[in-house]
Amino acid sequence: MQDLGADGIAAVLRLSDRFVEVAQRAIPKVPALRGRTVATLFSETSTRTRLSFETAARRLSADVVSFSPTGSSIAKGESLRDTVETVAAMGVDCFVVRHACAGVPAQVAGWTGASVVNAGDGWHEHPTQALLDCATIRQVLAERDGRRAEDTGTEAFAGLRVTIVGDVAHSRVARSDVHALAALGASVTLVAPGSLLPPSLAGWPVAAATSDLDAVLPDTDVCYLLRLQTERGAGAFVPSLREYTAGFGLTARRADRLPEHAVILHPGPMVRGVEIAAEVADLPRTAVLRQVANGVAVRMAVLFLLLGAEEVPADA
Amino acid sequence: MPERHQSAAAGAAPVPGARAPWRGTVAVVGGTVVDETGSRRADVVARDGRVVAVGPGLDVPAGATVLDAGGCLVAPGLVDLHTHLRQPGAEEAETVETGSRAAALGGFTAVVAMPNTDPPVDSAAVALEILSLGAAALCRVAVAGAITVGRAGERLAPMGELAALGVRLFTDDGAGVQDGGLMRRALDYARGLGVTLAQHCEDRAIAAGGVMHEGNWSARLGLPGMPAAAEEAMVARDLALVAATGARVHFLHLSCARSLGLVAAARAAGLPVTAEVAPHHLSLTDAELAAYDPLFKVNPPLRGAPDVAAVRRACAEGTVDAVATDHAPHAPHTKQAPMDEAPPGMLGLQTAWPVTLGALHRGEPDLGEGDGDAPGGIRAMAVAEVVGLLSWRPARIAGLHPSAGGDQGGPVVDGAAANLCVLDPAERWTVDAARLASRSTNSPWHGRTLTGAVRHTVVAGEPVVIDGEAQR
Repeated sequence: MQDLGADGIAAVLRLSDRFVEVAQRAIPKVPALRGRTVATLFSETSTRTRLSFETAARRLSADVVSFSPTGSSIAKGESLRDTVETVAAMGVDCFVVRHACAGVPAQVAGWTGASVVNAGDGWHEHPTQALLDCATIRQVLAERDGRRAEDTGTEAFAGLRVTIVGDVAHSRVARSDVHALAALGASVTLVAPGSLLPPSLAGWPVAAATSDLDAVLPDTDVCYLLRLQTERGAGAFVPSLREYTAGFGLTARRADRLPEHAVILHPGPMVRGVEIAAEVADLPRTAVLRQVANGVAVRMAVLFLLLGAEEVPADA
Repeated sequence: MPERHQSAAAGAAPVPGARAPWRGTVAVVGGTVVDETGSRRADVVARDGRVVAVGPGLDVPAGATVLDAGGCLVAPGLVDLHTHLRQPGAEEAETVETGSRAAALGGFTAVVAMPNTDPPVDSAAVALEILSLGAAALCRVAVAGAITVGRAGERLAPMGELAALGVRLFTDDGAGVQDGGLMRRALDYARGLGVTLAQHCEDRAIAAGGVMHEGNWSARLGLPGMPAAAEEAMVARDLALVAATGARVHFLHLSCARSLGLVAAARAAGLPVTAEVAPHHLSLTDAELAAYDPLFKVNPPLRGAPDVAAVRRACAEGTVDAVATDHAPHAPHTKQAPMDEAPPGMLGLQTAWPVTLGALHRGEPDLGEGDGDAPGGIRAMAVAEVVGLLSWRPARIAGLHPSAGGDQGGPVVDGAAANLCVLDPAERWTVDAARLASRSTNSPWHGRTLTGAVRHTVVAGEPVVIDGEAQR
């Protein structure tokens, strides 16, 4: 995210507005990437991100091939590099890479001449998630002012108070969102138990890090909840889900402490009753499904910027 | 076993794998001889494996191989306490032959082969295999034995059987002995044998599967970190056990400020401990991991600039006894993998001299970005002191020094074993990993220019390296 910067983020958001419009058509498909092949390489289980990328690619008329360790030769002992080179040799223009280890998309980019999109690497980054989060926040803020998102820039992010709550240490979403939101001028506060904060925040553009959620809520414009990653061994980091919810869950009582205008976001999948109460998840101010919808448009924008023609085609 | 053990103690058994002295005459002319007695301008003549004359302006005997040492230091050969030769078991990464060639090209006349082979050195049979391969190698190959069977940390390896073959260092390197009770028994047992236990200090529970140093960079890169506390905790535990047992411990590749502080305090209190550091911990920081290149994944991990500065300072202040390479070859395809799958380790034999000289004598590379403990104010070590850290001081720890009946690291005098290196402190060269002698190419210095080179190496009287070229 750091490489993209404020201007890069703004460019993706502008382009994604056009693709939001495409999604609303009767036949939501444009021929922009006809003849191009996008390969999704997901070595970690993921439903929404993979579907989102594949939908985005198909709406741009690209061909999509998918492979994952369990269904491919990696399970037979072939190295990741050999697998990537083999698939690349079949003529792939872009790899969309999800891996449990940080840095793999960067490594894949070094092994192939094709474009590489990071679809989430370990605890490192999940850039398209941060982009769709920015798109969603921009949309909500624009609508509040009675404007259309495509008529606004990123000026509404200046001074926006964003609180990110949960397992920051193991969250690629948090790392990408911190950089994206800070680049756009937002003020980001991290809230987590001490055992779920990263070992160092040096170089992180955050305003504060605290373990007191209740104190931060009244000064929050956007409350971003992270999933407690129980598959990474929650027991080792917090005593119990119950104790986590007591201290860091967005309960109905806590949601009432937020300013009336505040927006609630969550990257999914949500665990109702742990980081977010069921009734809070269903509040109108909770924009989770909007995030998902914007995900497709943002990923169309990213794929188009990497693989498309110089100009956005007239029919797009 | 007790029988063999006794024969070793009596020194009666011949050293397995001993090489026959080379027949011939070598004259090293025009250099400055540096050893633990000081330095002087002198030529050196060796015949049939022994030094026969040392002094200025010697006549070159007819038929001698003449080695030009102009502008160079002539020193007792370097001794590496920490080499992974990978044989048996991982011959695609390195063999005794290729590793010993890399050693000789790096100025080493002896290496201690680490026991994490496959099978590991936890029996006389494996030790004998390596020693016999070493008899034909380009430098002397000593062997370290495992502390526990299979290096599994569960029960003691047959240390007496191995000591009878001349093994003087025991370590489960790659892993520390996690069970403090077992380590205590190992120390008691080792004391009885008169051997030294060498510990890879890493508390596995605290290290928690980290792939790099835990700090600013790991937090930024989203990679699991291994905190310095994992090393420090085991150093502290072992120092308590040394105090309790009176046995000797050698600390392998220490990498953090606090570990070295603990060792310095223990030494001041008179405990029988020694410590080594690796050239890469004197010169590279965790910022190298920024591009996610597993080439820079090593264990202990590259640390932050304050720790690198502390390692240099500990050398200058005398806390550190030796610089040892932790030469760890890995076949290229194993290193081109995700960070959590790639094995830790980097090549070190052919770059040890220039890297160590640069870090400790010239303060290079500059640790500018140091946050907190500024690297400034570290005493620049004299070139001869740097040579000592690579030569006679490790020779003593390995039990290879003449004071222990060995043939490495002793003063360059008449009658001494002719194990010599000729070191150029000024030559600049750019490292090309593909041209190194190792079977593997995982050098962190690939493409970088270093100052300092090895011109000649003489092993048991044989000029195995002449003008930077291996002779076989």
